[in-house]
Amino acid sequence: MSKFGKKKKPMPAVNTASLPDIVFMLLFFFMVTTVMRETDLKIENPTLPNATEVKKLEHKSLVSTIYVGKAKDKKLGAGDKIQLNDKIASPDDVTAFILNERSQRSEAEHPYMTTSIKADVESSVGTITDIKLKLRDVGALKLSLSSRKMTEVKQ
Amino acid sequence: MARRETPEINAGSMADIAFLLLIFFLVTTTMDVDSGISKKLSEKPPKDYVPPVIKEKNIFEVNINRNNEMLVEGETMKLEDLKEATVKFIDNGGGEGKVVDGVSTGPCDYCKGARSLTSSVHPNMAIISVQSDRGTEYGMYIKVQNELLKAYTELRNRLALEKYNVSYNQLQDDFKKDSKNEELKKKVEFVKMRYPQIISDAEPTSVN
Repeated sequence: MSKFGKKKKPMPAVNTASLPDIVFMLLFFFMVTTVMRETDLKIENPTLPNATEVKKLEHKSLVSTIYVGKAKDKKLGAGDKIQLNDKIASPDDVTAFILNERSQRSEAEHPYMTTSIKADVESSVGTITDIKLKLRDVGALKLSLSSRKMTEVKQ
Repeated sequence: MARRETPEINAGSMADIAFLLLIFFLVTTTMDVDSGISKKLSEKPPKDYVPPVIKEKNIFEVNINRNNEMLVEGETMKLEDLKEATVKFIDNGGGEGKVVDGVSTGPCDYCKGARSLTSSVHPNMAIISVQSDRGTEYGMYIKVQNELLKAYTELRNRLALEKYNVSYNQLQDDFKKDSKNEELKKKVEFVKMRYPQIISDAEPTSVN
């Protein structure tokens, strides 16, 4: 019964020569899409509120971001802190911040500049209002209250 | 002496190196798109500015206190009822609209509200005023704003569906893709003008 006594051939190894190519392709994809944060946060990473009626922020280069949240450094005390660029600041510094952002862009783009406030859900409205008043004084009227898109908000 | 052939470099570990880099970029990458509730701040009024007199019935008052409780038109209300109440208020259409360029917009012929005399006269006269305490939580504030915006979206969608058989959201998406299309632009503007968003943030009450 030599038919059944067939010797099993060893399984041929899977050719992995193209594996590096596949991995490199993925690597390039992620390298290109990755955005490194330019400013390191001095405040705790804010938990953004959820909302359904959000609009996408367009023209990223025209957006200046203000962070609001609790300070990472406990020495600065509790309560809401405002971060502009990479410094903790007071509401009074918002004016200078906006003027500085403006000076980096051409005159024609000024009306399209948007200020995005990334605030923690637990911060208080008072802090946001202080910023808003300063923005109004300096004439930066386009505002976006950063929030995550949700299809349905839990009440 | 015969020249020996140069040995091939072992490329077996290349995949490992690439994997290492890949994992690094996988971890650091952030794919989130920035999105948010857009708001337009009002311009700073001049010093001698006298605010116009607005009839009580055209103002929809929303108060949020520092315990994140809501008071709407003098009564406590839960967040889930806010949208409905807002829709009722905006869509009431109890009278003539405001005068634009010397021409009255007339009564609201697309409103489906109760036409009550004690509520707003026209969507373009209906003002929503949100007053919050300085101590109110930001999350609550956003939730309220979101509900108010939802009410507007619902009304706009309804009007757009009736008029053009597409929802307002769809209209906007189409317009974004084809921003040179004058016809679409007109449609979007039309619906937008019929239900303009008038949400005013009153100065917050102080904690002290």
